[in-house]
Amino acid sequence: MRVFMLGWEFPPFISGGLGTACYGLTKALDQLGVEITFVLPTLVQTSYATHVKLVMPGMKIPQATTRRRTLKNVKFKTIKSPLQPYERPDNYQQRMEESLQRIRAAHGRATPSSRGIHYHGDMYKEVHRYADLAVKLAAEEEFDVVHAHDWMTYPAGIAVARATGKPLVVHVHSTEFDRSGEHVNQMVYDIERMGMHAADKIIAVSFLTRNIIIGRYGVSGSKVEVVYNGVERNGNGNGNGTAARTGISKDEKVVLFLGRITMQKGPDYFLRAAKKVLEKMNNVKFVMVGSGDLMHRAVEMAAELGIGSKVLFTGFLQGADVQKIYKMADLYVMPSVSEPFGIAPLEALDNDVPVIISKQSGVAEVLKHALKVDFWDVDEIANKIIAVLQHPALGVTLRNHGNYEVGKLKWSDSAVKCSQIYEELLVGAETG
Amino acid sequence: MASVCFYFQVHQPQRLRHYTVFDHNQYYFDDHKNAEICRKVANKCYLPANRLILDLIRKYDGRFKVAYSITGVLIEQLFSYCPEVISTFEALARTGCVEFLAETYYHSLSFLYSRREFVSQISKQMQTIKNLFGQTPRIFRNTELIYNNELASLIESMGCFDAILSEGADHILGYRSPNFVYSPKGCKDIRLLLKNYTLSDDIAFRFSNHDWNQWPLTADKFGHWISKVNGNGFVVNLFMDYETFGEHQWKETGIFDFLKQLPEEVFKHPDNDFKTPSEVIEAYPPMGIVDVPHLISWADIERDLSAWLGNAMQSNAIHELYRLEKQIKSTGDENLISDWRKLQTSDHFYYMCTKWFSDGDVHKYFNPYDSPYDSYINFMNILGNLHNRISKYPQPAPVSIGHIFQNAVPNVVDSAAAN
Repeated sequence: MRVFMLGWEFPPFISGGLGTACYGLTKALDQLGVEITFVLPTLVQTSYATHVKLVMPGMKIPQATTRRRTLKNVKFKTIKSPLQPYERPDNYQQRMEESLQRIRAAHGRATPSSRGIHYHGDMYKEVHRYADLAVKLAAEEEFDVVHAHDWMTYPAGIAVARATGKPLVVHVHSTEFDRSGEHVNQMVYDIERMGMHAADKIIAVSFLTRNIIIGRYGVSGSKVEVVYNGVERNGNGNGNGTAARTGISKDEKVVLFLGRITMQKGPDYFLRAAKKVLEKMNNVKFVMVGSGDLMHRAVEMAAELGIGSKVLFTGFLQGADVQKIYKMADLYVMPSVSEPFGIAPLEALDNDVPVIISKQSGVAEVLKHALKVDFWDVDEIANKIIAVLQHPALGVTLRNHGNYEVGKLKWSDSAVKCSQIYEELLVGAETG
Repeated sequence: MASVCFYFQVHQPQRLRHYTVFDHNQYYFDDHKNAEICRKVANKCYLPANRLILDLIRKYDGRFKVAYSITGVLIEQLFSYCPEVISTFEALARTGCVEFLAETYYHSLSFLYSRREFVSQISKQMQTIKNLFGQTPRIFRNTELIYNNELASLIESMGCFDAILSEGADHILGYRSPNFVYSPKGCKDIRLLLKNYTLSDDIAFRFSNHDWNQWPLTADKFGHWISKVNGNGFVVNLFMDYETFGEHQWKETGIFDFLKQLPEEVFKHPDNDFKTPSEVIEAYPPMGIVDVPHLISWADIERDLSAWLGNAMQSNAIHELYRLEKQIKSTGDENLISDWRKLQTSDHFYYMCTKWFSDGDVHKYFNPYDSPYDSYINFMNILGNLHNRISKYPQPAPVSIGHIFQNAVPNVVDSAAAN
């Protein structure tokens, strides 16, 4: 089985769950002997290109190649494109402007250069340029199935499938409704819809997502399969309190928010719950790990609520820093407004940190040993945070069972399901 | 002889309302839900089953007999929500063919934590039964048939009981059959009746299971199985939840028809009859001593206490509850004491059970919580409020603040010594 896979991000160049999911899935498919050509957009790596450094301070390229080399049957191809995961078309415009200004400043030029980076201010055009390049790349490759991850790669997936006659699988890790609530971007929605309708099979990361696909995109349920994500087990299982805590005293409890600070992730509900918790107990710090378009708003909100000294913002962290944060944490809270899956709670449990998760999440479908709340129910979130912090027996039970339960959510199972879907498509293509 | 000895457990807990750490109200119970469940179970089970049993007693001229244990916490609810059920039990009591058993009024695990509380809850229950049905119970069954040698000795020392009911667990009986009367180890006069779990569960759990190779279970077939006991046993102890009839096994499964036809099938063999527990021990001598050093129950496949005390939350919650005993009682506040006692009902701890993987279905039954964690949090919040209420009274003596939580199932000997 050979798969032409189109993605946005891959470790270590990640900013969210998509890269983690692509890594876990391709690694497990690799172990099943599935050959994968993984196509990634990369911003042109000139000395002016700043986004990698901005997003992941201190990360070196060699680590990436080492990690990728462990995958026997996976080839990586990159397409020079400034597309970034989790980007909004309006941000894209702005980022391009900023990037250009930086280049101009560096070169002491007052006018934009036509050389520099390949600048396409229009994200729509860029997504389609990426598709054209993907088709060219595909002409040099041999494969049986096209597998596209999330909307930016759907046009590329459709184009490659059309050019080669191979079946198309689109993998929905999130939808525009998850990211933007009811304020959907029409262009993104249209691309998603087009991808879903063009696909021979759709993989949804949860039933929550499957329902959105059926209900909001008008796709027949028979075409949508649910394949849950797994988790890479690398937690060292000594959660809470062992690491040195900067700015947090030893008798203080640590409640963690870890994710992009965007509307979708519910940072405001986290802060309002924090306020309620602090009305009942004082020895708690709330740590918000991540960055995003609501970061500044969140800092302001903490101040407005009068809990500024109790909330710490770390910015975006990854790798060893995330491990360190988990070691400090007594509890992880994911109050997402809409979370197609949510790998982070599994990582928290893997690190022996009990979790409170939003009922509006895919991961709530697979985790029994987690506290579940409606994201809007701030009182209940606070009630549960206090319970975990005040009753050690609760944390102990959640940790023991949760850690065991996480062990059962394996990427190998997800990979087996994906490869079954590929097989069925090929059989269908032959007989049909 | 093969005597069929039916005993039905009749119980519904007073479920707690949603109670957060921010609540201050001193009312802990979900009256709406409790009323709804009581009425539903009354209509589906208690009323039709009582009517059928009354009919059978009349039809067979007193040769059909059963025993009940109805918990105090249910009796209170029946009086509030469906008093007609009480009248039908009174009618059954008047036939003289129905025996009422003793247990803890609050369906509690107090035997494990406070002997004083245990004895006083039994007395309260016996008084309730005496007042309602004009009988003084002579047979004891502990919550969930929890039993060991010590329980037998304690019950015997109370001087008012002739026998105890428990589970005929394989690991205590070994090669022996549950179809005889036994004596508990270390006791002189008191007897032990053990549940025939195979035949009991054929009715209670497997009756409507289409995957079971004996499905469908007919009264005729079951009557034959009873008759086969002749020659190698005296009594078939069929112990089960009363809700088996109409609630666990819906009316549509034919469970009422099965019960209706069963006496006729049983009577087809001339040596068969129905007996109440008291009649059984009167009729048959003990056939040996049964030694139960460790606690057993009728629950799950393990037949142990892990459904109530299997995880750290359950252990913590129950320890914290019983730790308040002295303080609570010293307040003399009847409402406070009554609330504390209603929190002892074993169901509250059952809802906190996390061993979902093999026994899940039974545990979900009428469980008002989405998860065991929610149930623990709710319970602890209520306990927190109870604690605040106590602290408004002058303190009698310093209370040990020992363990915050304990993992292990309590050592019964220790807790006995402590009381």
